[in-house]
Amino acid sequence: MSYIQAVNVVKEFGTGDSRVTAVRGIDLSIGQAEFISIMGESGAGKSTFLSMLGGLLQPTSGRILIGDVDIYGLKSDKRADFRREFMGFIFQSFQLVPYLNVLENVQLPLAVTHHTEKQKRELAVSALERVGLQDKALRLPNQLSGGEQERVAIARAVVNEPPILFADEPTGNLDSRNSNEVMNLLKRLNSEGQTIIMVTHSRANSSFAHRTVEVSDGQLSATSEAASQFTVSRQAAGAGA
Amino acid sequence: MKLHNIAINNLRRRKAKMVFLVSGLMIGVAAIVALITTIRILSEDIAHKMDEFGANIVITPKSEGLSLNYGGINLGGVSFDLREISESDLDKIETIKNAANVRIISPKVFGIFEHQGQKALALGVDFPAELSLKRWWKITGEKPSGIGQIVVGHEAAERFQLKPGSQVRILDKDFQVSGVLESTGSQDDQLFFMPLTVAQKLFDKEGKIAMAEVAALCHNCPIGEIVTQISEKIPAAKVTALQQVVASRMDALHNFQKFSLMVAALILLVGSMVVFVTMMGSVNERTREIGIFSAIGFRKSHIMKIILLEALIVSVASGVIGYLVGIGATRVAMPFFTEHVSHFSLDPLVAVGAVFLAIVIGLTASLYPATAASKMDPSEALRTL
Repeated sequence: MSYIQAVNVVKEFGTGDSRVTAVRGIDLSIGQAEFISIMGESGAGKSTFLSMLGGLLQPTSGRILIGDVDIYGLKSDKRADFRREFMGFIFQSFQLVPYLNVLENVQLPLAVTHHTEKQKRELAVSALERVGLQDKALRLPNQLSGGEQERVAIARAVVNEPPILFADEPTGNLDSRNSNEVMNLLKRLNSEGQTIIMVTHSRANSSFAHRTVEVSDGQLSATSEAASQFTVSRQAAGAGA
Repeated sequence: MKLHNIAINNLRRRKAKMVFLVSGLMIGVAAIVALITTIRILSEDIAHKMDEFGANIVITPKSEGLSLNYGGINLGGVSFDLREISESDLDKIETIKNAANVRIISPKVFGIFEHQGQKALALGVDFPAELSLKRWWKITGEKPSGIGQIVVGHEAAERFQLKPGSQVRILDKDFQVSGVLESTGSQDDQLFFMPLTVAQKLFDKEGKIAMAEVAALCHNCPIGEIVTQISEKIPAAKVTALQQVVASRMDALHNFQKFSLMVAALILLVGSMVVFVTMMGSVNERTREIGIFSAIGFRKSHIMKIILLEALIVSVASGVIGYLVGIGATRVAMPFFTEHVSHFSLDPLVAVGAVFLAIVIGLTASLYPATAASKMDPSEALRTL
């Protein structure tokens, strides 16, 4: 059963002669607790598609359904609330806030929630423990290595335990050892029940996903599925629920 | 972690930007505080100096008749009803509501006498008050220092060939001319000035006065009210404001204030532009960061709150520092403009006004940048998704 559904999604930028079609009618269904990888050449439209799936970029036409919610049918503020509750984002280049320390960066999504300060701190510490950075809570981002910064970004994405994680080139700035650590971390989060949608250039990273879809010239061009892993993961998620 | 933590941490960890932003607004606030304080002190100083140029209220006995006198020329025909008022009535002036505005009261008594076969007019005055009232008087010789000394007007001295040291006999009493007035162009040139008490005794008018001239500091008081208050206290007297003098003084002050307000408005505008440009630059610089906030679920209002909270903190800091710098600058500069630095005092209203002004400017100038930030498309802002 589909958990996330893209229905004939089109995205055009510009108007008139300068109009560019970045995404040309993609249909895609993603199951709950699925780990899906989106691959493609630069400029193929994969990041634009991910932005639309994540409620960050309004499609020109088509719909994005999460559960039974048409996320672009929601008003801007409601969509922000929806993102905060149901989605976590892991950005390329980490995108940590430079003037907040690790603990504060992780707590960022909780800044506008109704948790008490104690609860926020406990959730952030717990998220940092999940990524193994609890001892670096008071450091600033520029005092961490690239791999550590990425793990902070992951901790921030999961701190409020959203059911869906969006990751855009999560290992784009990391060496192979750190890349592997981050991918194992994502794999573990997925095995704990989180749906992960990842954009990557790397075939190696893609192998961690249950399914890989390729985007070319704004359209889905191929799909490959690692059925056994997907089945195991979904069973694990179901058992945990 | 709350929204204000983000705002405070941003300012705390970006000290250079904070200092620049505070400086931009602070200079504007300091300039306005300095200007307002300077205007206030100089206005008081100007008012003080202008009030030194003579009386602006005249107290005379009430008269039933009309005086046919214009510009010092007596047209005759109607006898001048020379009544007197009691000298003790003048003490009542000190009990009026605006008594603090009354600076000088100079009582006068007239007496006519004959000298060298010609009639002359003697004026009994309280010399310290009269000399304080008529700062423009220039006396050849000495100011009178005893009850036997008089000052003679320029024309009277010429007519009777008097000079400092001359002896004059007035109603069988001898006086020494201590000084002669240089020409004033007024009726003072024709008079003999003697101590008030001596004149009252000599002309048998003890405890009475013919008129009194009053100098009131009217920088912050309506002269009409003082006139009414004195009239109520001394019903037997006719109290008249020299409207022309008052009006010209107030005009001069108002023109000065208008000019100062224009300068203040200009500085205000420049200050607002500095904040606007800096805040706009800050928002543009933080595009990605704002994109992150938006992506992780901050509403537009949350993003606006962060930017406006930063502006509020900067504004309050600018207001407080600007007030202190403005007051300090005024204190340093004021001795170059006026000797009345003793008037200098910290005005809590200006302090509160400075902080309020800084907040209004800071928030107003930040409103557009904050709105622009809140409307940023998160995917556009991040450029990576």
